[in-house]
Amino acid sequence: MKSHYRIGFFLLLAPLGLWLALLVVIPHIDMLTISLRDRVAPREYVFSFVNYQEFFSEPLYWNTFVRTATMSITATVLTLLIAFPIAYYIAKVLRGRSKRLLFLMCLIPFWVSELVRTYGWMILLRETGVVSKILVWAGILDKPVEMLYNDAAIMTGLIYTSLLFMVVPLVTTLDSLDDSLIEASYDLGGNGFSTLREIVIPHAMPGIVSGSIVVFMLTLGNYLTPNLLGGKDSLWFTEQIYTQFITRFNWELGAAFGFLLLLLSSVIVFGGLKLSRQTLSEALK
Amino acid sequence: MIPSLPQPRAYRVTYKVYVTLFFVYLIAPLLVVAVFAFNDSLFPSLPWNGFTLDWFIGREQPRLGIFYDDPLLKSISTSAWVAVWVTLLSLLVGTCNAFLFEREQFPFRNLLYMLMLTPLVIPGVILGISILIFSNSLVNGIEELFGYEMETLRPGLALVVAGQFAFITTIATLVISARLRKFDASLEEAAMNLGASKLTAVFTITIPYLSPALLGAGIVAFLMSFENFNTTLMLVGSDAPLTITMFDRLREGSTPALNAVSLLLMAASGTLALFSILVQGGKDDV
Repeated sequence: MKSHYRIGFFLLLAPLGLWLALLVVIPHIDMLTISLRDRVAPREYVFSFVNYQEFFSEPLYWNTFVRTATMSITATVLTLLIAFPIAYYIAKVLRGRSKRLLFLMCLIPFWVSELVRTYGWMILLRETGVVSKILVWAGILDKPVEMLYNDAAIMTGLIYTSLLFMVVPLVTTLDSLDDSLIEASYDLGGNGFSTLREIVIPHAMPGIVSGSIVVFMLTLGNYLTPNLLGGKDSLWFTEQIYTQFITRFNWELGAAFGFLLLLLSSVIVFGGLKLSRQTLSEALK
Repeated sequence: MIPSLPQPRAYRVTYKVYVTLFFVYLIAPLLVVAVFAFNDSLFPSLPWNGFTLDWFIGREQPRLGIFYDDPLLKSISTSAWVAVWVTLLSLLVGTCNAFLFEREQFPFRNLLYMLMLTPLVIPGVILGISILIFSNSLVNGIEELFGYEMETLRPGLALVVAGQFAFITTIATLVISARLRKFDASLEEAAMNLGASKLTAVFTITIPYLSPALLGAGIVAFLMSFENFNTTLMLVGSDAPLTITMFDRLREGSTPALNAVSLLLMAASGTLALFSILVQGGKDDV
């Protein structure tokens, strides 16, 4: 039976085609074309690279871009370092009911809006906030300290938002590691460190890669956390895009920024996939 | 490293302390949000001034409780309206996609599958601006051709629904596909042998089998839509959904009324989460 000539097939294909064409493919092509034009007179445009030139010649834009990328990479690495022992604990140390309970607890932030989570950090970290008051009360600080509006605050919030996306793939891959392999490693004279390096980490690699990719992407595209926890000086690239679009109404430059961010995210995602020899569909599972 | 291997006591204790600290970190921000919803003070901060329900049921400024805060209530209903549309549309398209990718063989299948996944890899802000640009081009094009201005495609709720639908559909597709993959197609053939048409077989056998996945995907879609901020921010018009309203108020300086909204949000999504775990956990791991 030649299935792709049946009417049912086209009825199934139509929603997919419409969705991808109208909301994903054409809008991005449109964004690219707008970023490649220059307004010479009202409603008159010419093809030009002027928006990209502006990006590279204005240090503020360029620096914000690099800063966003490095902060995102740092956040990804820190998230991995913090999440790995937790995932290992859940997957390999705990059994039964407590294992399920702790795993579900890791999912809690996912069910709570990012706005609420960030608001929680604001209450904790600001000058009149809980942490500062408790430290003063305990005698560690003389007077309240503003802990909001700096890079450490942004980092705390970003890692908090990302943890779940790292813990889940790590637990899934570590769960499939047979305990007897760890025992065998010890029998053959390995210690904790060498077992971790030779057995556990290579086995967990698919989880590490897919977790890192998702975390990096989400961090790079984040707007809320840097904006609220970092204040006016957070210098996050998505804020530049927002400013160009909504405040300055310079869509050409904003589109160029958007395209550059998309490019950066794709390059790093595909670099990560190539390095670990995975495909996107495996990583997103 | 694993319980069957002996480890020094210090190692085990350190590990336990680390795990405990981790969960303190995880719970702390949510806990303070919840607790300060009941603090009898104009600011969500210490000291604790005693318990009050004013931030829920206070009738006038400066202690306006959320049940009497009309703009806030309106934004909640706006969010719910958007979320219902996004959920229905993404379930519909997600189910079609699942049948397409699990049942059919056709040219460019892998390419389309990759394209189907891309909305998950595109940062939300960029998805938002690209849809904003394209809808603007559409409006301008239609205006030039027919002299008619399509107001629905200006920034507003229709675009918000479109923007959220654009990436939530991918998630719905993945959840529904995973369940459809486990379906034994011979059940459908049996129904057809007994005289059912293909469509009847699908609707009486396959769709009921998919229902836990549909419910699960529906709950996730609803919550993701309700809580979405990045894409919504770029597409919103004059009617603001809840996240946008809360964001504006947060920047103006907040009263514990925001804690009260947050607490209700957490309670609602927590209930939905529990419900979806019960629905899915009992039958299958989707």
